Amino acid sequence: MSAVRKLSAALGLAFAAMSAPMVANAQVSDGVVKIGVLSDMSSLYADIGGPGSVAAARMAVEDFGAAKKGMKVEIVSADHQNKPDVGSAIARQWYDVDKVDVIVDVPTSSVALAVSQVTRDKGKVFLVSGAASSDLTGKACSPNTVHWTYDTWMLANGTGSAIVKSGGNSWFFITADYAFGHALERDTEQVVLKNGGKVLGKVRHPLNAQDFSSFLLQAQSSKAKIIGLANAGGDTINSIKQAAEFGIVERGQNLAGMLVFLSDIHGLGLTTAQGLIFTESFYWDLNDQTRAWAKRFAPLNNNKYPTMVQAGVYSAVLHYLKAIEAGKTDDGTKVVAQMKKMPTDDPLFGKGSIRADGRKLHPAYLVEVKKPVESKGPYDYYKVRSQIPADQAFRPEKEGGCSLVK
Amino acid sequence: MPEIFGIPSAALFGQLLIGLINGSFYALLSLGLAVIFGLLNIINFTHGAQYMLGAFCAYFLLSRLGVGYWWSLLIAPLAVGALGVLIERTMLKPLYKLDHLYGLLLTFGLALVIQGLFRNEFGSSGLPYPIAKELAGGHNLGFMFLPNYRAWVVAASLVVCVATWFVIERTKLGSYLRAATENPALVQAFGINVPRMITLTYGFGVALAALAGVMAAPIYQVSPQMGADLIIVVFAVVVIGGMGSIMGSIVTGFGLGIIEGLTKVFYPEASNTVIFIIMAIVLLIKPAGLFGAQR
Repeated sequence: MSAVRKLSAALGLAFAAMSAPMVANAQVSDGVVKIGVLSDMSSLYADIGGPGSVAAARMAVEDFGAAKKGMKVEIVSADHQNKPDVGSAIARQWYDVDKVDVIVDVPTSSVALAVSQVTRDKGKVFLVSGAASSDLTGKACSPNTVHWTYDTWMLANGTGSAIVKSGGNSWFFITADYAFGHALERDTEQVVLKNGGKVLGKVRHPLNAQDFSSFLLQAQSSKAKIIGLANAGGDTINSIKQAAEFGIVERGQNLAGMLVFLSDIHGLGLTTAQGLIFTESFYWDLNDQTRAWAKRFAPLNNNKYPTMVQAGVYSAVLHYLKAIEAGKTDDGTKVVAQMKKMPTDDPLFGKGSIRADGRKLHPAYLVEVKKPVESKGPYDYYKVRSQIPADQAFRPEKEGGCSLVK
Repeated sequence: MPEIFGIPSAALFGQLLIGLINGSFYALLSLGLAVIFGLLNIINFTHGAQYMLGAFCAYFLLSRLGVGYWWSLLIAPLAVGALGVLIERTMLKPLYKLDHLYGLLLTFGLALVIQGLFRNEFGSSGLPYPIAKELAGGHNLGFMFLPNYRAWVVAASLVVCVATWFVIERTKLGSYLRAATENPALVQAFGINVPRMITLTYGFGVALAALAGVMAAPIYQVSPQMGADLIIVVFAVVVIGGMGSIMGSIVTGFGLGIIEGLTKVFYPEASNTVIFIIMAIVLLIKPAGLFGAQR
C-alpha cells in the first residue's frame, strides 16, 4: 500500500515538473527596449515559431541598426507550452518584474487571447504572429495588440472560397478543440455557406492528438467531398499522413488543410503532401528580397527555412522599433498608436498598413504543393496559384465587431 | 442501416477495430514497463524516449543506409536495447537499493535530455517514414477500409505480448527471473548470475519499447516528442493494470484502446482524459490495479 502511495506521489511530482513554466532570467532594465519572444519552444508548434522566431527577432533588431542608432535592445524568450495559464503567468512576470516592453509571436490562440488581456491591463505591446484566431482583432480586440501575419478569416477566405468554387461544396470538419480550431471552423463554415456549399458534420479532437484514424473514419462515413482540417502543426501532419494510409483521397474525398506551414510540408514530404492547396501570407521564394532574407535566416535556424510566422516576427519587430524611433517613446499604448499611424514597409511583406482594430494588412497567397518531380530540392515546395490583394485578404473592419472601430 | 446508441453499427465496428489497433501500441509499451517494474522495481520514465529512439533508428537505417522496414524491426530493438543495457550498467545499478523515487527521477531526467537533444537536431515537425511496400494498401471490410499495415500491427503486437507473457510466466527462465525478484540472494546461491539477468531484462524491456517505435514510425511522424505524448497514457495503463503485472498490462492496453476508441465516437472532446478518469476510479476502488497483487 505504501509503495503505491509513494508511487502516486512520485508520478504527481513528475507531472508537476512537466508542466512547470520555464521563465527566462529576471533582469531589471530601464532605458532599454526589451523584447520578449513567447512561443512554443518544445512541442507541436515549435518549428512554426519557436527558436526560429527568436532568431527572426534578432535579425530585425540587427537590420533596424539599433546599435548604431544608440538604442539599447534586449531579447528574452520563454516557452508557454501551449497553456494559457503558463503563458499569462510568464507575461505578468515579464511585464511586472523583468521590465519587458513588448511580447511577440505567441502561437496557440488560447494563449494569445490570455496574453492580449494581460498586455492591455499593463498598457504594454503585443505583436501577434503565431496565433490565428480572428477574434484577436474582432470581439477581443485591444488598443495594445497588433495581429500581424495571418488569421483564421484570411485562411478561410483564401482556401475555402477557392475550393468551393472548384466544386468542393460539401464539407466535414476535423477541428482542434480550442479557441483557434473553433474560430477557424466558424470562419470557414461561413465562407462555405456564403459560396453555396454545405457542412455535413464536424468532430473535435483534443490538441496534440496522435491518432486521427477514428476522426477520419467519421469524416469518411459522412460522404462529404471535402474534409476540412481546422487544426495545425503536428495535428495537421498526422491527419494528412493517416488520411493517405486509410485511402481517403483514393476513394474520392479531398483534404483541405486550412492552416498549413512550410515546416509541415517539410515534415510530410512531397510524396504525401503534393497537390494540397492552402493560403499563406509569406513564402521565402516570392522575390529576390525574400530569397535573400531566407538565405540569411536558415543558418541561424538549424538550416530550416522560415515559416510565415517567423517572417511575421521579423517584420513586426522591425516596424515596432521604427515606431519607437519616430514617436520617441516606448509607452505601450502610444507606440501601438504610432505603429498604426505609420505605413509599414519591409523586405518580406512589402508595403502595408495597420488598421484601427489592430489588423496588419498585406497580400495573401493561395499556394499549391509541388509534385516531387517539380521540386528542385529541400524547401522548394510551393507553386503560387494566385495573389489575394491586401484589401481583400482580411475581414472587412466593420464586420469584426471590434469596439475600437467607430 | 442498423444503429446502436444513434451511431450506425458499421461506424461502431470501425471504431472498435481502430481502438484495438491503438490498444496494441499501449499493450506493447506497457508490457515493457511492466516487465521492468515487475522484475527490477524501476519505474522506467525513459520508456517514451526509448520508443522514440526506436523510431529514429528505423529512420536512420532507411535514410542513411538504405536498410528497410523488416531489418529495422530486428536491428532497432537490438541497438536501442544495447543502449538500455549501458544505461542499466552505468546509472540504474546503484539505485536498486534506494526508493523507487530515485529511479523515477533519473529516468525522467534522462528522457528530457534525450528528447531535448533530438529536438535541437531534428525540430518538432518530425520526419516522414514510408510504409513498407509489402504492407501498403488495404482491404475493404465492408464496414471500413482496413490498411494492411494496421492489421499487421495488431497481429505482431499480440504475438509479441503473448510470447513475453509465456516466457515469464510459464518457462524455467521466467521462473528464475521471478525468483530473483523475490529473493536475489537465494537465487544467486543456486549459482545463477542475478545481476546479469537483471541487466538483460532491462535491455529486453527497452527493446520492446524500440520495437513499438519502429512499428509506429510509418503511422505517426518520427518526431522527438512522439514518446513524451504517449508515455503518460501508457503509465496510466500500467497503473490500471496493476504495476508489474504482465497479463494486466496486456489486457488493459487492448481494453483501454477500445474504450478510448469508443469515446472518440460518443464524446471526442474527452478522448484524451477518459483513460485518466478510469485510472482515478480504479485507484480508488482497487489501489493495486485490476491485476496487481498487494505488495
